[in-house]
Amino acid sequence: MTDKISPEDFDRLTDLASLELPADEAEYLRKELNNQMISIEILESIPIDAEIGTAAHGIPYDELNSAAPREDISRQDPNREEILKQAPELEDGYIVVPDISYEELD
Amino acid sequence: MKTCDLPAYVIADLIKTKQVSAVEVLEDTLERICQVDGRTGQVDAPEASSEEDLSTVHAFTLVTEDYARQQAGKIDKLVKEGKNPGPLAGVPYTAKDIFTVKGIKTTAGSKILSNYTSPYSATVVERMADAGAVMVGKVNLDEFTYGSSSESSAYKPVPRNPWDTSRVTGGSSGGSAAAVAAGEGAISLGTDTGGSIRHPASFCGTVGLKPTYGRVSRYGLIAFGSSLDCPGPLARNVTDAALTLQAIAGQDSRDSTSATTPVPNYLKEMEKDIRGMRIGLSEEFFRVTYFDSESMELVENPIDPQIKDAVLSTAGFLAQLGADIVMDVPLPHTKYGVPTYFVISRVEASSNLLRYDGVKYGYRTAESFTDLRELYRKTRGEAFGVEPKLRMLMGIYLSAAQFDKGYYDLALKARALMRKDFEDIFDPRGKYHLDALLTPTAPSTAFSIGSVYGDSVMMAYSDQLTATTNHAGIPGLSFPVGFDNENLPIGAQVLGPDYSEGVLLRIARAYEKVTEKEDWRNKRPPILSKNGN
Repeated sequence: MTDKISPEDFDRLTDLASLELPADEAEYLRKELNNQMISIEILESIPIDAEIGTAAHGIPYDELNSAAPREDISRQDPNREEILKQAPELEDGYIVVPDISYEELD
Repeated sequence: MKTCDLPAYVIADLIKTKQVSAVEVLEDTLERICQVDGRTGQVDAPEASSEEDLSTVHAFTLVTEDYARQQAGKIDKLVKEGKNPGPLAGVPYTAKDIFTVKGIKTTAGSKILSNYTSPYSATVVERMADAGAVMVGKVNLDEFTYGSSSESSAYKPVPRNPWDTSRVTGGSSGGSAAAVAAGEGAISLGTDTGGSIRHPASFCGTVGLKPTYGRVSRYGLIAFGSSLDCPGPLARNVTDAALTLQAIAGQDSRDSTSATTPVPNYLKEMEKDIRGMRIGLSEEFFRVTYFDSESMELVENPIDPQIKDAVLSTAGFLAQLGADIVMDVPLPHTKYGVPTYFVISRVEASSNLLRYDGVKYGYRTAESFTDLRELYRKTRGEAFGVEPKLRMLMGIYLSAAQFDKGYYDLALKARALMRKDFEDIFDPRGKYHLDALLTPTAPSTAFSIGSVYGDSVMMAYSDQLTATTNHAGIPGLSFPVGFDNENLPIGAQVLGPDYSEGVLLRIARAYEKVTEKEDWRNKRPPILSKNGN
């Protein structure tokens, strides 16, 4: 049986996920993903009534169980220093970000 | 009996009546941790291999002794001053290391957060403190909660089952269940996205409650599947689970999905009788259906007959108490629970995992890099384990337009059908008009460490009986109903309509009371007697 996720697809996926992987780990992950796809394909056999909508949430939200959105007010977090301290590289209170790669468009 | 083995409600009462101090209870608990837990989980540490390693629990990633002593001291001061120390006064508890606690390391069991100290606390952690509970530590879990055995944590050694340390604890709240079973804290806070509270509760012989989605705030919970995640308690008895839910439930302005629905008095609800309640049994929950990659066929396997017998015996006890047991309740979409979970949870997880980048916080590669993309690739490749990688890649595959085969849309429709299955059986005007459904929690008892881990499909099917609950958003409560012939705990779960936690607690409490004289109720994890407890 042909794998759903080919080595080329897999390379594209690792690029989108920003993952650098050793070859043996990549092969294991691709094999597991294809095994999972066999399980996922069972969904194609569900008899779906045209009236069935999609559910992004299990329980419904309405005025009986949901609060009105709170006011959109910005607040300064009192722990600014603590939060910044977590960054691997800081300069003058700013987080240092390495060069951002880009491609020249024709 | 040591105070660390007492129920939480008894501990709180003893402290409030000055028969014991919070500090004394804490010291008993810390001593127990020293006796049974062994090496605390560390990132990249070796797996268990020595005799001592193989016979200890390893529930913890961090024991917060100083933090706990401060909290316990405050409780004792309140008691001394005649002030109300709260319903969980001085009760030692653990938190799955997926909840943020201000000033304390929060790792999600991942190398990528191994150096992260949270600048804020989860709402549930604040509410536990307000109720007087004392946090003794953070407990291990599957990395980012991704798994059903707690073996995928980057923090080694991984937790081992107190009933048989060659077995897994279940997952992903495995450290929580193991700690509660071994008396290393009376309560633990866990999370349930596809069964992660109920599954380890059943494997370790504890109570585990997955509340209705939105009943408990997710603020401060490191996200897995944002439309599925539910924080909830694990405890050694139903009353403690009710007390904890009472403390943590309710609307939170910091989580817009938290429900405004009033929170009932669970302790009162729990003690009502169950006469006349309609409790269903469904054949769909006595088998596991999956697509076999060897034969390429859909295979139906019955669950372990000992588990089925234990659930039927539970139904018998409930019938004795006056409940109507309704047989053959149809839930035809149960078999789609895991495939649907493979889609929805992966798409949500991949989105949630993109924030870990080695720039703002957490691990950063020590290798050189030339630009931001290379920094991302190296950092994430080095610091995520296989489970987050699998979930990210699958989530992207299923949701990126270039690969789209419509599976996400199909999964959302399957989810609607699973929801409808439950709405139909709980509809008060429907044919079945059930108050609750009684099912096994898991298709097996605790399996051996290493026997399933690595096969991501087989591992996922361990959740087939729990995952549909999360798709539907309804509550589920797992409770111990006996042991198999290898002396491993068996769990049953009751599921009910939205916000019916009070009803589920009532059923489990009624069962607990009617079986309190049963021999199996006196069993304790062998690890405790081995250590002279």
